[in-house]
Amino acid sequence: MIHPDAHIAPNLFDKPDKAATRAGFGSGVVEAGKADQRVVVLTADLTESTCADAFAKTFPERFVQVGVAEQNLATVAAGMAHAGKIPFATSYAAFNPGRNWEQIRTTIGINNVPVVICGMHAGLMTGPDGATHQALEDIALMRAIPHMTVISPCDAIEAHKATLAAAKLGSPVYLRFGRDNMPTMTTSETPFSVGKANVLWCGEQSQAVIFSTGAITYHALLAARELENEGIAVTVANIHTIKPLDEATVSRLAEEAGAVVTLEDHQVIGGLGGAIAECLARTTPTPMEFLGAQNRFGQSGTPTELYEEYGLDVEHIKAAVKRAIARKSNR
Amino acid sequence: MTLTDVQVKDIAIRANDIRQTIVAMLAEAKSGHTAGSLDMADIFATLYVHVLKHDPKNPEWSERDWLILSNGHVAPVQYAAMAHAGYFPVEECMTLRSFGSRLQGHPERALLPGVETTSGPLGSGLSQAAGVALALRIDGKQNRVFCAVSDGEYEEGNTWEAMMCAAKYKLNNLTAIMDRNLIQIDGSTEDVMPLESLVDKCRAFNWHVIEIDGHDIRQIAAACDEANTVVDKPTMILARTIPGKGIRSIEGEYRWHGKSPNEDEATVFLEELRVARASIV
Repeated sequence: MIHPDAHIAPNLFDKPDKAATRAGFGSGVVEAGKADQRVVVLTADLTESTCADAFAKTFPERFVQVGVAEQNLATVAAGMAHAGKIPFATSYAAFNPGRNWEQIRTTIGINNVPVVICGMHAGLMTGPDGATHQALEDIALMRAIPHMTVISPCDAIEAHKATLAAAKLGSPVYLRFGRDNMPTMTTSETPFSVGKANVLWCGEQSQAVIFSTGAITYHALLAARELENEGIAVTVANIHTIKPLDEATVSRLAEEAGAVVTLEDHQVIGGLGGAIAECLARTTPTPMEFLGAQNRFGQSGTPTELYEEYGLDVEHIKAAVKRAIARKSNR
Repeated sequence: MTLTDVQVKDIAIRANDIRQTIVAMLAEAKSGHTAGSLDMADIFATLYVHVLKHDPKNPEWSERDWLILSNGHVAPVQYAAMAHAGYFPVEECMTLRSFGSRLQGHPERALLPGVETTSGPLGSGLSQAAGVALALRIDGKQNRVFCAVSDGEYEEGNTWEAMMCAAKYKLNNLTAIMDRNLIQIDGSTEDVMPLESLVDKCRAFNWHVIEIDGHDIRQIAAACDEANTVVDKPTMILARTIPGKGIRSIEGEYRWHGKSPNEDEATVFLEELRVARASIV
C-alpha cells in the first residue's frame, strides 16, 4: 500500500501527470535564483535541453554560456564559487561529469566549493541517441569524490525540491536528471530532505524491500502493486540521495524485510546498488538482487524497449523480488 | 607608474630572498620542482611587492586582487613569495611537502589562506581565473585577477577553452602571465609539442598580448600597468624566462623541471645566491 506519510499523487496509477525531472530543475533554479542572488547558471551549448532557458531569460546577467566546453564549464563555475557565487553547471551527464571529471575533482571537490553539477539526459531513458549519450556511470564517478553530495530525483516535483536544497548546501553537489516526461509520483506535500530515504510503498510484513532511485522508481511502484495482488508484500524506498546514504533507514528496512532489490537506470557497478551493498555488508548482510545496466553500454531504442532489454521493466523487477525472497528462505 | 631605482632594488632583493627560500625548502623536502619555481621568482616578487592590492594579515580581504596559480607544481615560488610578504613565517616553508603541512606538494586552497585555488593538474587555472573575473564583474567590483600559467599548459584543451571564454566576455579585469621557459618534463616544448607562435595564437584568440623579459622587473611592472589600461580584452603577458634562473649551472636545463637539489647542491646554490644578493645595486 501507499505509505500514508508519503503524500503520493492520488492519480499515481490512473493517468498520472507526466513531466521530466530536468523540467523540475528548470523551475527550481529560477526559484533558487530569486531567493538568493548568488545563484548563477552556466551551460555548455545546451540552454534549452538542460532547461536552463527560463533562468537565462529571468536573470541574463547571471547566466554564462561557455560553448561546447565542459572542462571550462566546471572550472569557470569553480572560479565563480571561489568569488562567492553558487553556480549550477549544466550539461549532459555523459559530458558533465563524464568529460570533466578531473576538473570537478580538483577544482570543486578538493576546493570544497558549492558548485552544483547538473547532469541531464542520464541513463537509458535518453533512448534513441544511443550509448554515447546515455550516461550510466555518472553516479559512480561522483560518489567517489569526497565532499560530494549525490542526488537523483524521482520526478519533476522532487527535482524542483532537490534543486532548491542544493543551492543551500554550501558544498559540492551532483544532481542527476532525465530527459523524458515520466509519471509524477510525489506531491508538494511529500517530505524531501537531503540524505533521508523516502518510503513510498509499504507492505504489511514486507518480504522484500526495493531501493530505487530516479524516475525508474515508478516501475518499482507498479511492481509492488502487482506483487501485493499476488500476495507478496514489499516495501519501496526512494533513495533520492545516494550520498550521503540514509544508512539507518536502509539498514532497518533491509533487516525488517530480509531481502533487497536495487533498481537504477545506471550501471550496477558503483551506483545505487553498490552504495546499498557497501552499507549492508557492514550493517545488515542481506540477500540482494541488483537491477541496472549489467556492465554493458546502452544502445538506441525507445526507453520502453531499453528498459525491457536491460531488465528494468515491471516484469524483471517482480522476478528479482522473487529471486531475492527465495534466496532468503534458502539460507 | 614607473618604478624608481630604489623600488627596483627592493624587488630584486625580494626575488633573491625568494630564490634562496625556494632552494632551501626544496632541499629540505627532497622533492619538488626547481626550474620553474626559480624562473618565476622575479615575477612573483614584483607582484607581491608592487602590483597586487593585498593584505597578508587579511588574505580574504574583499577588495584584494586575486593571484591564481595555475601550474601548481611551482608552488615553492608562491609559498616563498607569500612568506616573505608576511602571510606566514618563512620558517614554515621548510615544512613543504611534509605530513601535516599547510604547504602541500601542490597548493590547496582550503589549507593555506592566500592560496586562491587548488592546482597541479594542468590547464584549469585560467578558466577558474575567468570565473572569478566574471563573478567580480557581476558584482560590479574593480578587483584585478592575475593568473600565472605555464607554457606547457598550452598543450591542454581546457586552457584554450578558457582563452575563448575570457575573450568572449571581454574580461579586461583578467591578466594572465605565462612562464614561457620553453621546457616541460620530457624536454623542450618545441620538441614535445610545438607551441609557437604563442603570441600569434593568443592574439588570434582576441587577447591583448605583451611580450616581456620575465626577469626584468621594470618590464614586469610596466606590463601589469599596461594590462590595466586595456578596456575590452583580457591581457596575456608572455614572459620569456630562463628555467632555473639565478643558478648558472642549471639555467636552461630541462632536467631540473621536476627535481630538487640535494644537500651539497643546495649549499653551492645558496652561496651563489648570497653572492648575487650582495651585488644588487
